[in-house]
Amino acid sequence: MKFNQIMASGGEWLRGEGPHHQVVVSSRVRLARNLRHRAFPGWAKKAERTLILEQIKPRVEELPEMQDSFSEFLSDLSALEKQVLVERHLISREHAAKGIGSAVVMNRKQTLSIMINEEDHLRMQSIRSGLQLKSAFKLVDKIDSVLEGKLDIAYDQRLGYLTACPTNVGTGMRASAMLHLPGLVLSDLINQVIQAVNKIGLAVRGLYGEGTEAMGNLFQISNQTTLGEKEDEIIARLTKVIETIIEKEHDARQVLIQKKSDTLSDQIGRAYGVLTYAHAMTSKEALNLLSIMKLAVDLGAFSEDRRLPIDELFIDTQPAHLQKTSQQKLNAEERDFLRAQIIRERLKNFPKPDMNKVAREPAPKSLPAPPNNE
Amino acid sequence: MLCDVCKCNDASVFLTQIIEGKMQKVNLCDACSKEKGVQDPTGFALADLLLGIGAAEEIEKGAPTQKCVVCGFTQVDFKKTGRLGCSECYVTFSEGLGSLLKVMHKGTEHVGKLPQRAFRQIELTDKMRSLATNLEKAVAEENYEDAATLRDQIKQLEHQIAD
Repeated sequence: MKFNQIMASGGEWLRGEGPHHQVVVSSRVRLARNLRHRAFPGWAKKAERTLILEQIKPRVEELPEMQDSFSEFLSDLSALEKQVLVERHLISREHAAKGIGSAVVMNRKQTLSIMINEEDHLRMQSIRSGLQLKSAFKLVDKIDSVLEGKLDIAYDQRLGYLTACPTNVGTGMRASAMLHLPGLVLSDLINQVIQAVNKIGLAVRGLYGEGTEAMGNLFQISNQTTLGEKEDEIIARLTKVIETIIEKEHDARQVLIQKKSDTLSDQIGRAYGVLTYAHAMTSKEALNLLSIMKLAVDLGAFSEDRRLPIDELFIDTQPAHLQKTSQQKLNAEERDFLRAQIIRERLKNFPKPDMNKVAREPAPKSLPAPPNNE
Repeated sequence: MLCDVCKCNDASVFLTQIIEGKMQKVNLCDACSKEKGVQDPTGFALADLLLGIGAAEEIEKGAPTQKCVVCGFTQVDFKKTGRLGCSECYVTFSEGLGSLLKVMHKGTEHVGKLPQRAFRQIELTDKMRSLATNLEKAVAEENYEDAATLRDQIKQLEHQIAD
């Protein structure tokens, strides 16, 4: 599979069809694993790193899940291509900085991505749309079980899986969900939620991390600790917290509709106006306005078939995606012009937001049961 | 207030995190906060930061001049990178790491997934232990016939474990 095919297909999780997809954009679970008695990637010399890579890569490629996979050495990818993968959350920013001795293998659907010689010898990640942490774990756990039969994985009876950083030791698992929380942000409730989540030992981070202010009202929430708790317990705890946040977000949206409908209409109208008429736009401004458009679709001000174009713009207006699509290197100013142009074109046939269609319902007391597809 | 990392500039970034009711505080100057990636929440966890600051001292307590026999990693390297050298480092620096892991995590022992291979290993080790106890008993009772059988079984098991 070639890089262009990755660009052409959005990847399963980008389509946003999973349970609770209005609030939960995606769920990710990653496992960190290492070979026994081999220097971790950060400490290994180039020759040893290459040797480890040669040992691991074929074992990963022969997995049944990796039929027709995209498999590349980091040294063979351009800076722009690496950045595209970062923007899709298929590799980490740390991995994008790697060159000789590192590789990435991912499946066609882009639901499974395995980084070789990132901070650990193996970083296996599964990504699903919506709230599907359990099934994301199931997939990556299965891969892990197959690989451990072929590779001598570092494991200690007391400490569990041994990782380069002691913060990952034990399960080596980081489960996280990307949440879209415009309601809580517009109601100034987001800080309360973040503080409450921090108090119970979970981490909240921004989209790509531009300070504490998250762009596009997107927040990542993940487990902080990996030792002393079982994988399914961590996932159950995290899922429960996320379900509570979803409920709070829905409540906040209903309060906005009922008590601050003028403010809400103004926000949506401005987002629509600026996106359809602006000629220069930074990626931060684009994300923040697109977030309001996404909210408008959720609330019914745009029809449901307008959801996909908005979701696609979230990714397509990112700096590396812009440059890869236009097949040229652009400076920041040129990118802002091109970004605005692409957005104008895609929104050309968008009708005006219809605030009369916004559904007013009593604030939900409890959540409807999530679709049973885990 | 001085920065906890460089200990020379005035701190301008103050971080507090509460995990399981334990409060952790770190004060940083502008330069160190940038270097530690504090302004970049994706790459930042307070535990990592604490690790870089306090961890090396923790490890010093347990292993003053120790060097990992497998990868040659030392405590100085840990202080620099906040990462370990190889899986064996967990044994080499176990004493100092113990208290560090306690602060960092929910518990001190892994209760999650067992790799099949380790699982087999544990089973075999348990079997070995019971055979050894039986052998001791047989010898004490001067039951040499049983002792010889047990000795053969232990030898066979040793081969299995080595595989």
